[in-house]
Amino acid sequence: MTELTALTLAEARDGLRKRAFSAAELTDAHIVAIERARALNAYVIETPDAARAMANAADARLKAGEAGPLEGVPLGIKDLFATKDVRTTAGSRILADFMPPYESTVTAQLWRDGAVMLGKLNNDEFAMGSSNETSCFGPVINPWRRTGSNKALVPGGSSGGSAAAVAASLCLGATATDTGGSIRQPAAFTGTVGIKPTYGRCSRWGIVAFASSLDQAGPIARTVRDAAILLRSMAGHDPKDSTSADRAVPDYEAALGKPVKGMTIGIPKEYRLDGLAPEIDKLWEQGVAWLKAAGANIVAVSLPHTKYALPAYYIVAPAEASSNLARYDGVRYGLRKPERDVIGMYEQTRAEGFGPEVRRRIMIGTYVLSAGYYDAYYLQAQKVRTLIKRDFEQCFAQGVDAILTPATPSDAFGIGEKGGADPIEMYLNDVFTVTVNMAGLPGIAVPAGLSSDGLPLGLQLIGRPFDEEALFALGAVIEQAAGRFTPARWW
Amino acid sequence: MSVDAATVRRIAHLARIAVADDEIAHLQGELNTILQFVEQLAEVNCEGVEPMTSVTPMAMKQRKDEITDGGIVDDVLRNAPSREGNYFLVPKVVE
Repeated sequence: MTELTALTLAEARDGLRKRAFSAAELTDAHIVAIERARALNAYVIETPDAARAMANAADARLKAGEAGPLEGVPLGIKDLFATKDVRTTAGSRILADFMPPYESTVTAQLWRDGAVMLGKLNNDEFAMGSSNETSCFGPVINPWRRTGSNKALVPGGSSGGSAAAVAASLCLGATATDTGGSIRQPAAFTGTVGIKPTYGRCSRWGIVAFASSLDQAGPIARTVRDAAILLRSMAGHDPKDSTSADRAVPDYEAALGKPVKGMTIGIPKEYRLDGLAPEIDKLWEQGVAWLKAAGANIVAVSLPHTKYALPAYYIVAPAEASSNLARYDGVRYGLRKPERDVIGMYEQTRAEGFGPEVRRRIMIGTYVLSAGYYDAYYLQAQKVRTLIKRDFEQCFAQGVDAILTPATPSDAFGIGEKGGADPIEMYLNDVFTVTVNMAGLPGIAVPAGLSSDGLPLGLQLIGRPFDEEALFALGAVIEQAAGRFTPARWW
Repeated sequence: MSVDAATVRRIAHLARIAVADDEIAHLQGELNTILQFVEQLAEVNCEGVEPMTSVTPMAMKQRKDEITDGGIVDDVLRNAPSREGNYFLVPKVVE
């Protein structure tokens, strides 16, 4: 039965509709695969009983001809999405026992459309990290290994559990979130497809907040088509999120196969960083060649404020985080360390409940928002953000339909290899992805090749606001040219 | 700009995070590394540039001012570390 886990989401959906197998069989195959893959530490909680019940209900609807768009499709859910009566931790000790009495809008829409939940997926604590090493549950292990090596590698982060589970066939697709690259970077590190849609496309309601003006949910899947299918169910206006966009959700799957002939693709010169690894540069050139061969026009573009995106991000994101995470005070939910006075209780609770990376970001955010520093740091960063967005707007105004860049500056690195002495070393992972969050644009990472060590590498396409369809059409061209990449099973 | 040990203590207190004395030097180093990294923003000429307030242009929606939720006391209190009746319990605030 394990071959059922090797299907793409689209193949599984079609097979279920044809009754080639049942949702119960498909779910059981995944439950077995998850049990055998605990070494990867991708799932922080498995919910096999609930999954079987959901699958049986899906089978009944399939039989009755009432199937939803995702009927019977088993998914993994990043542990940042509140799931009713299923523990939701954001990878933090401070929420270690939190049981939401409500369901996030995005996951509620997946269940509305018939999907089955297999469990909750590991992530960096409060989505703060690029390697999934800051989780209170420990690191996720990348299912990929360097050729001829047994060394454990990171899957990227913060959606490391989502990317690893999808790459290792422990679900047909997964939810993820992206504040500075947390969908696209792990997708690139695991040979999977990840899309961060336009800010406002998916409701943020019921997702544990990190930096509210940057956070956006999206899917990680094994193919561009699967990501398109998932995003259609996840997206849509929600009155409970005042920043969610009130516009119709297109049939993203229909965008696949649309001709890209005549589309204009921008290549930003500022992304050709000093010291860019030659194999990343080569991959980028290969991507240009593929899109050219499909009939796209390639033009050089300039995004002059690119180099300021990462420093501006490391003011804006911690500032918003320090405000959002003020709610964890040991009073209404989560961990509490008893103390004699209430201030002492807050301070001990937060010292014990938050890990080092989260504490560091809260303190940076507190500092840049504090009296006397607000103008120099926060206000300046928000002005630079306006300039970053303007760069993209000017580019699109010249007729550019999408921008092609590498997804990451390197392939996956080893556990414990980066950021130990210098936090900036880890932050630089997001150098190509963070601009997209700063400008609120959609971005997709598509696997495009293997490094000299045999690890997956991805390309990123950045689109106009709310034009995810162009990204799916172009992403499908790269996917078709590059082929798909699956790790050899060792777990 | 860089922070000294006293500033690290002040930030930690503002952030309501207890910091032990032997953590201060380490934290100070890390915070200064990050502050040094973001320092380069000062070189950007932002004269006449509006700070971003919303990444996508959208008009805030308004709804009728009416009760749409409530009556879920047990749900609200369900995750409380300490409660008594329908109240959250905290250490004594006023002596």
